[in-house]
Amino acid sequence: MINLAPHISVKNLNVYIGDAHILKNISIDIPDKKVTSFIGPSGCGKTTLLKTFNRLLDRQNDVRIEGQVLVDGEDLYGKDTEVTHIRKKMGLLSQRPFPLPMSIYDNIAYGPRIHGIKNKKKLNELVEHHLRSTALWDEVKDRLHSPATRLSIGQQQRLCLARGLAVEPEIILGDEPTSALDPVSTQRIEELFLQLKDKYTLVLVTHILRQARRVSDYIAFIYMGEIIEFGLTEELLLNPKEQLTKDYIKGFIS
Amino acid sequence: MNKRKIEETFFKGLMHAATIVIVGSLFLILWTVVSKGFHAFNWDMVSKVPEGGFYIGKGGGILNAIIGSVYITVGSALLGLVISIPVVLYLNVYSKKGSRFASATRLAFDVLFGIPSIVYGAFGFTIMVFFGLKTSLLAGIITVTLLIIPILVRAMDEVVRVIPFELSDAAYSLGATRWETAKVLLRQSVPGIITALLLSFGRAIGDAACVLFTAGYTDNIPTSLHQPTATLPLAIFFQLSSPIPEVQERAYAAALILTVIVLIISIAAKYFSKKFSKNKI
Repeated sequence: MINLAPHISVKNLNVYIGDAHILKNISIDIPDKKVTSFIGPSGCGKTTLLKTFNRLLDRQNDVRIEGQVLVDGEDLYGKDTEVTHIRKKMGLLSQRPFPLPMSIYDNIAYGPRIHGIKNKKKLNELVEHHLRSTALWDEVKDRLHSPATRLSIGQQQRLCLARGLAVEPEIILGDEPTSALDPVSTQRIEELFLQLKDKYTLVLVTHILRQARRVSDYIAFIYMGEIIEFGLTEELLLNPKEQLTKDYIKGFIS
Repeated sequence: MNKRKIEETFFKGLMHAATIVIVGSLFLILWTVVSKGFHAFNWDMVSKVPEGGFYIGKGGGILNAIIGSVYITVGSALLGLVISIPVVLYLNVYSKKGSRFASATRLAFDVLFGIPSIVYGAFGFTIMVFFGLKTSLLAGIITVTLLIIPILVRAMDEVVRVIPFELSDAAYSLGATRWETAKVLLRQSVPGIITALLLSFGRAIGDAACVLFTAGYTDNIPTSLHQPTATLPLAIFFQLSSPIPEVQERAYAAALILTVIVLIISIAAKYFSKKFSKNKI
């Protein structure tokens, strides 16, 4: 079905939280440098699947994960895998922006700093570069050292994106990243996603079908912890093969 | 008037009354301390240690108790902070979401929080006897530290706990280690940590029962951790129980000094907590 080189390859993944079987036998190959969206009703497991990619799921008690998630062929759940190394490969955008409790500048510089970049000139360059690539530079260049919380929520979300890009990830994960934003800010984030897919693999969780259609190359429809259908955006939305997918697109299940 | 309107008036009145009673009694306490203590107050009180015959109304001051209380309070607050910050970080960063051990630990601190200070005093005394120690500044600091750790842990835990999970997710997703993430959370909670520190300061400086058996009482200013030390609450207690009116008045002056110290700490804490909250999300 999809013949591109996979960036993230999930094999027979099962996730249990307590007694609940959250993800059931998931296998999916997420193509490199494309936008892949997970759609599905609330509670279907799409966010959980996203969280298995950067191992944030580990923070929950009573979680059991079986199967494999390979990124560039490396098993995320392998014995010798270092968590910080995996997470550095993936930028995360959450539902609401959460800037770190520091200045705009320090938010961007935080990642590079913890990964060992101390040179001031280099940090200045990185901050400017990533603020430019998220179209924030002109808006904030005069107040780089004021608290990040003074920015509007849309600006904060772009700042969070810039902060994630500053650690030079390969993959960007978005967990309904525009759900707290107004339409204009949403549009700017979507435009950024379309620019970013030249360099990064993007995986988005969304419940807005139109958004999935606007930004993604591929869509996976998840229902009750299973991947029902996975394919090219247009194909899946216009010509769904499965009855469940058809029902979801028409709005019968939500 | 209909029923809803009566209800509204009644509860509004009730809230006014309750607030006035509380604020009023606070001012009454301050008034009592100030009016009774003010004319007994003089610079000798804060600049001199008791001279011979101090307790029958002769000269001197309570510098020994002021210094002793400051030593014990600062010492135990620092020691308490060093012990409780790791506990709070363990509960919120290192233990997993929904961990049973973490909830058991929280329950344990709730129980410790409710233990009366005299019990801590008696416990400290037992420990001292066991190790063959005498009443000393060190024993006082350790006992008061035990008293305030539950306060510090609970107050800081409340603050760190309400930090959205996503903030630490954000730090982790940038490749931060747990310790680096913990530092981000601490940064976010500085105002709360200051408030917790203030609460424990207030409790530590005002507690008499903890220091009664452990720190002892002396007219000298301690020069080492192994010497006994006086404290303000005990200074107030001993003077107030005297039959001599001049000595009793001095007790109120001592209470005034204690109150002023607590007031200064509160204002300073408010100031610093404001200053550090500018980056808070």
